[in-house]
Amino acid sequence: MPSLRSNNSPKASRLPQRPLDLAAARQGNQTEAGRHFWRSLEQLAAEANASNLLSNEPSHSSASESGVSRRDLLRLMGASAAFAGLTACTKLPREKIVPYVNAPEDLVPGQPLFYATAMTLGGYATGLLVESHMGRPTKVEGNPDHPASLGATDLFAQASVLTLYDPDRSKVVIYDGRIGAWSSFLTAMTSARAAQAASRGVGLRILTPTVTSPTLADQLQRLLAQYPEARWHQYEPCGRDNAREGARLAFGEYVNTIYRFDRAAVVLSLDADFLCQGPGSVRYARDFADRRAVTGPQSEMNRLYVVECALSSTGVVADHRLPVRAGEVVQIAQDVASRLGVKLGEGRSESSNASRWIQALVRDLQQHRGSSLVLAGEQQPPLVHALAHAMNHVLGNVGSTVIYTYPVEAHPVNQLQSLKELVADIQSGRVEMIVILGGNPVYDAPVDLNFGQTLLKVPLRVHLGLYEDETAELCHWHVPQAHYLESWSDARAYDGTISIIQPLISPLYEGKTAHELLAVLMGQEGATPHDIVHDYWKERTRSENFDATWETWLNNGFIPNSALPAKAVTLQAGFAARLQVSPPQAGGGSEELEIVFRPDPTVWDGSFANNGWLQEVPKPITKLTWDNAALISIATAERLGVTNQDVVRLTWRGRQVQAPVWIMPGHADGSVTVHLGYGRRRAGSLGTGLGFNAYLLRPSDQLWSGLGLQVEKTGESYLLANTQSQFIINAHGRHEELESIVAARRDLVRVATLAEFRKNPNFALDPPEQTTRAPSLYPNFQYEGYSWGMLIDLNRCVGCNACVVACQAENNVAVVGKDQVSRGRIMHWIRIDTYFDGDVSQPLAHNQPLLCMQCENAPCEEVCPVGATVHSPEGLNEMIYNRCVGTRYCSNNCPYKVRRFNFYLYSDWTTASFFGLRNPDVTVRSRGVMEKCTYCVQRINRVKIQAEEQNRTIRDGEILTACQQACPSQAIVFGNINDPGSRVAQLKALSRNYGLLTDLNTRPRTTYLARVRNPNPEIET
Amino acid sequence: MASPGKEKPEVVFDHGVPVLAPGHSYGSVTDKISAIVLTRGTRRGWWIGLAISLFFLMLFNLSAGYLLAKGVGIWGIKIPVAWGFAIVNFVWWIGIGHAGTLISAFLLLMRQRWRTSINRFAEAMTIFAVICAAQFPLFHMGRPWLFYWLIPYPDTMGTWPQFRSPLVWDVFAVSTYATVSVLFWFVGLIPDLATLRDRARHWFAKRAYGVLAMGWRGSAMHWKRYEMASLLLAGLATPLVVSVHTVVSFDFTIAIVPGWHSTIFPPYFVAGAIYSGFAMVLTLAIPLRHYYHLEDFVTSRHLDNMAKMLLATGLIVAYGYMMETFMAFYGGNQYDKFMMLNRMTGPYAPVYWALIACNIAIPLTLLWSARIRRNVKALFVLSLIVQTGMWLERFIIVVTSLHRDFVPSAWGMYYPTKWDLAFFTGTIGLFFTLFYLFIRYLPMISIFEMRELVHKTEEATV
Repeated sequence: MPSLRSNNSPKASRLPQRPLDLAAARQGNQTEAGRHFWRSLEQLAAEANASNLLSNEPSHSSASESGVSRRDLLRLMGASAAFAGLTACTKLPREKIVPYVNAPEDLVPGQPLFYATAMTLGGYATGLLVESHMGRPTKVEGNPDHPASLGATDLFAQASVLTLYDPDRSKVVIYDGRIGAWSSFLTAMTSARAAQAASRGVGLRILTPTVTSPTLADQLQRLLAQYPEARWHQYEPCGRDNAREGARLAFGEYVNTIYRFDRAAVVLSLDADFLCQGPGSVRYARDFADRRAVTGPQSEMNRLYVVECALSSTGVVADHRLPVRAGEVVQIAQDVASRLGVKLGEGRSESSNASRWIQALVRDLQQHRGSSLVLAGEQQPPLVHALAHAMNHVLGNVGSTVIYTYPVEAHPVNQLQSLKELVADIQSGRVEMIVILGGNPVYDAPVDLNFGQTLLKVPLRVHLGLYEDETAELCHWHVPQAHYLESWSDARAYDGTISIIQPLISPLYEGKTAHELLAVLMGQEGATPHDIVHDYWKERTRSENFDATWETWLNNGFIPNSALPAKAVTLQAGFAARLQVSPPQAGGGSEELEIVFRPDPTVWDGSFANNGWLQEVPKPITKLTWDNAALISIATAERLGVTNQDVVRLTWRGRQVQAPVWIMPGHADGSVTVHLGYGRRRAGSLGTGLGFNAYLLRPSDQLWSGLGLQVEKTGESYLLANTQSQFIINAHGRHEELESIVAARRDLVRVATLAEFRKNPNFALDPPEQTTRAPSLYPNFQYEGYSWGMLIDLNRCVGCNACVVACQAENNVAVVGKDQVSRGRIMHWIRIDTYFDGDVSQPLAHNQPLLCMQCENAPCEEVCPVGATVHSPEGLNEMIYNRCVGTRYCSNNCPYKVRRFNFYLYSDWTTASFFGLRNPDVTVRSRGVMEKCTYCVQRINRVKIQAEEQNRTIRDGEILTACQQACPSQAIVFGNINDPGSRVAQLKALSRNYGLLTDLNTRPRTTYLARVRNPNPEIET
Repeated sequence: MASPGKEKPEVVFDHGVPVLAPGHSYGSVTDKISAIVLTRGTRRGWWIGLAISLFFLMLFNLSAGYLLAKGVGIWGIKIPVAWGFAIVNFVWWIGIGHAGTLISAFLLLMRQRWRTSINRFAEAMTIFAVICAAQFPLFHMGRPWLFYWLIPYPDTMGTWPQFRSPLVWDVFAVSTYATVSVLFWFVGLIPDLATLRDRARHWFAKRAYGVLAMGWRGSAMHWKRYEMASLLLAGLATPLVVSVHTVVSFDFTIAIVPGWHSTIFPPYFVAGAIYSGFAMVLTLAIPLRHYYHLEDFVTSRHLDNMAKMLLATGLIVAYGYMMETFMAFYGGNQYDKFMMLNRMTGPYAPVYWALIACNIAIPLTLLWSARIRRNVKALFVLSLIVQTGMWLERFIIVVTSLHRDFVPSAWGMYYPTKWDLAFFTGTIGLFFTLFYLFIRYLPMISIFEMRELVHKTEEATV
């Protein structure tokens, strides 16, 4: 769509003047009337305002109502094309269809193929198997053999396939805001290269995100060899600088830390959301959950202590959680460390009020020498990381639960320092040409570096990116980046294992990889990314039979035995002295408010802002969608006199943003958490303008938290679309946990401590008057063959949302947008409910994934007037979309409210690029029909057909539902409950097994294993 | 077959107020009623009323058209409250219709002669209310163009309705009700249509009424057949008074939703229906007798009787509420108990208390007083209050039961949108459009039955 794209682009003449004030923007718009896309004006105004959040009305207004949306535009274009066709009455254009001359091997129409590849996040790879239907990648699964995946994925990997087909992705080379051509880019680079070659590259700068790719690193090294004066900078907005610097503080060198949760009996997390964030989190969640599998009274389980500010997914799972302000974690760490025997300097402050908690924790850690584990969050300062290393040393955990290796990054640097150097170089005029290989520093660099304006001083700016984003706008050349599913590359996982990233599809648009761009800079224009990666490894291995090896690697998805070996490290001699440097905020006045920056749990640093699946998946705990918010505790909200959806002005160190408030139970008092990644100006038609931009407050010297925040009420309010309002505000304005109280009274989530469980292993069983089934006039249906059932282990669930997005990808579940979410019309077939328990300021939280229970006595079935939902002979409660007339009676009668209705035509039937995304085995639903979880009936049938072809029964574990397959902690088990040997049947036989609302005699096929917590008896009796 | 001559005068006179003002002859009755249709012409008030009604009818067309174009998402319904205004209004309209059938059929069988002068327009009200009611289940479907899938008919797809669903029963109940009501009404109109045919001067009116009168000549054989047919139809319609709303209440009671799943619903729905229906008859009768000077025919005796019906059915409804509340606590079911507490103290508590005020507190205290019952203005206001109350009752049943049911994570609030309001007021427009056309083109009081009443009044006074 060339015309569209050119409209959407900034005008070349405006480029050097950015950013402009509003008046200038208005003027510019007037003079360029008709050539200016209206959205840009709003963006300019927003930029001038620095608070682009609140352009939306606080009423039920949605992005789609505020103008011509992409879908509407495409619809109009489609309609006008259709009408144009009517006038001509011509024959349809003739298209030649050529059958395969040589049919590809293994390609059977209707049968998907799976290819191994890997996705990186923050540079770290997770091995994947990607499902391909006739050449179209449709679904991402984890690679069971890959150490960072073990078959599971996180939600980002699940959602990445949507980004591939995103119609807003950048499609063509852009030069000065106009469509350019790859060939003219090559010409421009040839002359630029000649200029740089003359000066030995003195003016050349390369800016990349974190690089773990051996091939890319090799290319960069060779480039630097070619241009010795050139510089390579790395910057990642939510990177691991603190972890790196912490390691250097402790050991004097950069090392990579690998945690062995499978060996840890006691874990202390210092603000680390290790189950859902950071390298290896998918693997860690699995290892961690495996230590919590309680089968009987004899079972042991690990114990998790979490010290954190905002309630994270890991905090929900914790047995003990201490909410403290982010800046006070260091005090706790010092306190624990000194009690454990780490020699500290003089500067540390003495104990905090939580001393009883800490004493118990210290004793617990000391009793588990070698099987305990202390880890620090990425966002905690290096000191905390160093203390964690020291504690692990003292506790003898190194070598057992903590393994050190050489860094995974190809070239570990202090990225913030690296970026600062780059900015300094630009400002002193030394930089003649900058090549930004991915990343969006104009949006996400620390605000005091003023990266956007600085960048404009570079005479030649080149950007490679998936989207024409804020950085692309300010660059002369923008080259569309190939999505990882279109790319050849390689990357390392959290333990160093190298995966070859192979494409599932050739680039949909003119996408190029970083490898190709670097090759161009080195004068190797013709090099294909395949050859670059292949040749690098061929050269490196120097194997006789490299091509066979290469095939094996591609097939397996990773290079065997490429994990980094363990490395011996010693704590530095001067370590204790260094620790005297307490951060300035540590002893800060308790009256001052703290601001805490965190990556968003679903859109991360903002790079996933245009992904509808990630925008709409309810964020853990808050259940917010499509927005970020200023998260505060109940006490802080009362102190500030604000409540949910009140808009406040956050002023910190002279900078302001406006943000809506959301009260988070369990948040530390006196602290405000804001998530990064929102307030994008140029994210695409979905992501632009959502939320507020917390980067606008984030300076380079206090990247993650700081004191002195001012919060002012503006008197406005802003609609936040959340999917579970845990707090009911009654007429007196008091917050009540009504929902959680009711949930507890109804025994929806059943919880016991390990001690209670040992005393009464049957605590989760229904009372006897409920277990005697209500009499029926009819005999029970006898299931002859299969009888499907599911089990969800609440002890394992970490609430990471991977299942939600996996289900959405597998079952073509539509995205409905903020307005519809706020009207209670979200379409997810599986939702993760969170209930709170106990003290409002320090509640226990419980996750409960809820999906169709496939009731044996399904209330939905008997009220459907047309028989559109019926029971299958294998026990499934099936939904027949084309029979449904949409009376919605089934939903009313569903006690679990897991049915979802297409109130509008939610599925996008018009955007062509989404056609490729859809799972061809699942109906794309139309308006006016009900839908719900089917236990992935298409997967059941696929396996059933295979089994019948081979004249055998389905083996246990052969069918994995999408949610089950994605689940990092393996909380979901599916199988044939008619087979007593199946895993699901065996787990259902455990005493922890219970069904939801069984007193209604619905006889759900999905049941739960009650949660067992393992609190320290010294703290909680 | 009753012989009219044996009626006792007490039936005609009550508290000294006759059901027909004295001094009327066959001729004066016929003149007075037929003149409204034939000679008095179209009044300005009628034009204004029709214009307003047509405006709302257009609003109905607009909102139905927009609904078909966009989907039911334009309404405020959601998960968990997947039924909203549409079902509230459906039950309300169907309920209103009940009074007409009760008056025309039930009171006929009971030989309540006072029914004569209100029966015609009450029955018209029934039909129009059923028409309005039928719009809601049709348009509230996600795919309304497939409504016929609820009807059992042989098709090549081999599909069949699912007869365990009360929605299928609804289709039969409502369609039977509509058919019988229309037949009964039309059969009752035939002698009067013949009168109009004979008196009309305009050629078109002569033809039109002539065709509709189906050759009625008033012979003894015609009268005999007529009496037989109307009694049979009354016999058919009487059980419908009970059955239709019983089946409508099954829509709720068959479900397992707390607040719906209740055995008290059928009688209490029927009583509520008659309650709101009589309120609607009052709402229509009071202005009609005023503007068309029909005080002689619709006397304060009628108003008094209808007010007593209100009182009686209102007491049944009040008993229903009491038992519902009592059972919620006595039954020991935690979901029912929560539901009742939530109704009384939850976010929709103002609606609940408004309902109690409109349905119980205000009418059931005031209607005991004979002075209020004979006070036309007070009765008119009370009739509106009762209708509001009955609408709120359906809102409470549909919405509050759904908005917080079993799993708290799925709780949510229901708010109607402007399209909900447009569709509802649109059906009121549809109702009044039909009603305005009815009072202009058909005799709103049964002429021949009034003549019969004259005969009996004379007999009694002789």
